Amino acid sequence: MVDKKSLFNYLLRLGDDQQILSQRLGEWCGHAPTLEEDLALANIALDLLGQARSLYTYAGEVEGLGRDEDQLAFLRYENDYVNALIVERPNGDFAHTITRQFFYSVFMDLLWNGLLKSSDETIRAIAAKAVKEVDYHVRHSAEWVIRLGQGTAESRERMVDALDEFAIYTGELFEMDALATEMAEAGVGVDLAALRPQWEAEVNNILTDAGLEMPKVNWMQTGGRSGEHTEHLGHILAELQYMQRTYPGMTW
Amino acid sequence: MYSQGLIGADGSTVEDEAFLEAFQKRIDAEQKIEPNDPMPEGYRRTLIRQISQHAHSEIVGMLPEGNWITRAPTLRRKAALLAKVQDEGGHGLYLYSAAETLGVSREELTDQLLTGAAKYSSIFNYPALTWADIGAIGWLVDGAAIMNQIALCRCSYGPYSRAMIRICKEESFHQRQGYEILLTLCRGTDEQKQLAQEAINRIWWPALMMFGPHDSESTHSDQSMHWKIKRFSNDSLRDKFVNATVPQADYLGLKVPDPNLKWNEEKQGYDYSDIDWDEFWRVVKGDGICNRDRMKARRKAHREGAWVREAALAFAEKRAAAAEAAKTAAE
Ligand SMILES: [Fe+2]
Ligand SMILES: [Fe+2]
Ligand SMILES: [Fe+2]
Repeated sequence: MVDKKSLFNYLLRLGDDQQILSQRLGEWCGHAPTLEEDLALANIALDLLGQARSLYTYAGEVEGLGRDEDQLAFLRYENDYVNALIVERPNGDFAHTITRQFFYSVFMDLLWNGLLKSSDETIRAIAAKAVKEVDYHVRHSAEWVIRLGQGTAESRERMVDALDEFAIYTGELFEMDALATEMAEAGVGVDLAALRPQWEAEVNNILTDAGLEMPKVNWMQTGGRSGEHTEHLGHILAELQYMQRTYPGMTW
Repeated sequence: MYSQGLIGADGSTVEDEAFLEAFQKRIDAEQKIEPNDPMPEGYRRTLIRQISQHAHSEIVGMLPEGNWITRAPTLRRKAALLAKVQDEGGHGLYLYSAAETLGVSREELTDQLLTGAAKYSSIFNYPALTWADIGAIGWLVDGAAIMNQIALCRCSYGPYSRAMIRICKEESFHQRQGYEILLTLCRGTDEQKQLAQEAINRIWWPALMMFGPHDSESTHSDQSMHWKIKRFSNDSLRDKFVNATVPQADYLGLKVPDPNLKWNEEKQGYDYSDIDWDEFWRVVKGDGICNRDRMKARRKAHREGAWVREAALAFAEKRAAAAEAAKTAAE
């Protein structure tokens, strides 16, 4: 029997990851380098938002205290959000946004595929929908990594800079802390550390095609899973929670 | 947009009588004009102006609503808004393609927008200040757009008419969604009702302005009507919009901000005040509260995206050259 509290916290991790990255992508809307990219980034943001909604709704059910998707999405304190740091990092330029998406989507592709075999039926159903979506996210970002890596001297330079900025946030994705271990052992979750070799192989494949390489990392940043964030999350929440905090308890 | 799409259009044309007569005959017989058909230069120019200004309106229109994506009050509303703004981008893309069938490139059209040579609907030079504005924009702005666009579904130019048919379906969905946002507010707390009332106070008149100048002032209307680019007059569409919308405001329990609004039994329609035409022309000419912000945002996106577009182009050229080389080597 899986511990309810643990399952709840596990679902929050997954939900927060998708929600916060969706929020970041939503910032691009109307400001992308081409109209086609405006549509593509909005598309990915919508997929992630849909996933977040399913995860929060299920988390609320598991918790059993009557909290719905919105109460979980909007009405927690900053250190109760347990997303990985990579998703809260600012959009930066297009190369940064693409690099973040690429690192993250390749990871989520592996994770969702693993969760297809979860012992939890609802998680399996959410994963079944998500694997199709994340497939496009990987393709979209990988194609851009190659285009920008091989495009012009400037685009290449921006990619090198972006890889350098985001590489240090990739280690956290594979961390097996007590909760991740408990979920993996219960068959609900996936052994994240075991996904790492495949992630590295796929990322390196694309980077090689792009004429780029993974920068050497001395130290992987971490903290998001225990609610210790970068300085950016507070600003994200200030916008995200604005309506719910300003007009508490109303129906929209 | 929409009737304002004709602002700045030049329908003057140089073809001989016989050519124009033959063309008019096709128009009068309700035949659709297709991209490769002979057409008067004035017709082509007017359509390029109209379609591109319509496309620009869709794109600039993403800004006021896009501004609320990160602040939407619930996840459901956020998803709906994101999808709506994405739809508007899709409309822009679709309309640019329709304009391209007339022999202009999207780059040229974008340049016209960024240099100010082309206009977009003046409605988007008004701000979206509260969440209620998102409801009011859907209800009134998409509503006014539909009124115009339904009329354009029968435009004589085939690609534009077909684009309108497809776009109208999505616009009516946007309108219902906007109305539903306001309905929720109007059934909510006093604060929420007040937000809704303030939104209609701000957006009502700018929405009526979307139908363009009075018919008597609309210089390019006659020729466009003759060519069936445009099929209904600005004033008749505006009347139709008012007649359809006032009962919806009543149902919401909102007051339309016009002391002279009154049902006229004889004409079976509403009488209403005249638009503040000084404000209309001031905003069209660049001095609305958001004109500068909107153009600044579009120019910034274009400027900061330049290196991305260059990289994509350079990459495509390298790929093509490599494919060519491989082909030659194989021969
Ligand atoms: Fe429109
Ligand atoms: Fe539209
Ligand atoms: Fe719309």
